Amino acid sequence: MSQDHPVKFGRRSMLKAGAAGVGSLVWAPLLASPAAVDASIADLFDGRVAQSGRVTVKIPPITENGTSVAFRVDVESPMTQEDHVLRIAVFAEENPVPDIAHYELGPRAGIASVESRIRMNGSQRIRAVAEMNDGSLWTGHAFSIVTLAACLL
Amino acid sequence: MLMIRIKAPVKATKGQVIELKAMIQHKMETGYRRDKYGRQIPRDILRRFECLYNEEVVFRAQFFPAVAANPILTFYTVATESGFLVFRWVDEAGVEAFDKVELEVV
Repeated sequence: MSQDHPVKFGRRSMLKAGAAGVGSLVWAPLLASPAAVDASIADLFDGRVAQSGRVTVKIPPITENGTSVAFRVDVESPMTQEDHVLRIAVFAEENPVPDIAHYELGPRAGIASVESRIRMNGSQRIRAVAEMNDGSLWTGHAFSIVTLAACLL
Repeated sequence: MLMIRIKAPVKATKGQVIELKAMIQHKMETGYRRDKYGRQIPRDILRRFECLYNEEVVFRAQFFPAVAANPILTFYTVATESGFLVFRWVDEAGVEAFDKVELEVV
């Protein structure tokens, strides 16, 4: 099949190769990983185990530019004095640092939702963990394919 | 002076959940980039944000380098009484930036 396409090294593939080359040189010892995210979560929440559910992460399925990606985290909670969200922490699996941001809220928030913009160093899963006032942890995640990675630019 | 943009309702009914949007102009330099001579560009990011409703903290955030430049935040609070909403950012050197809006609760 490749003989049918004489131009094998297009601009795009060269750019990709260049970015990957530079990326691996600069980032190799720095990158986070799913395990680093697990460690970060354990560290932040004293080793408690997060159950899956109640947390929804919304990011675009395909992102053209990783330098600014809109995301939203929603947590199912009545947000009353008796039952509310205390903290929401957001993590990236392929960024140099696993932590993205930590948010502290309480019953006065009314709705347990936060929206912001983040940097994404390549296609990856964004995970969010919510801590309830009863001490339980809930988690959710979303994946985005990133065409142009941030951090290096 | 850092440019700050706040979007908050001027008037709300008691008990209503209001949406607050706060944006600040800041490069959020990660500390991972290099300049054209290969020197590392030092990290310069905002570390903390808080929103005070009549001097009581209703929302707080801690930022890491993965927060995009010119950070924007959308969050919610319940309108309880008339007063002021203060939005405050602190960078790593402890330099603060803030803005204040008035809310009338009927």
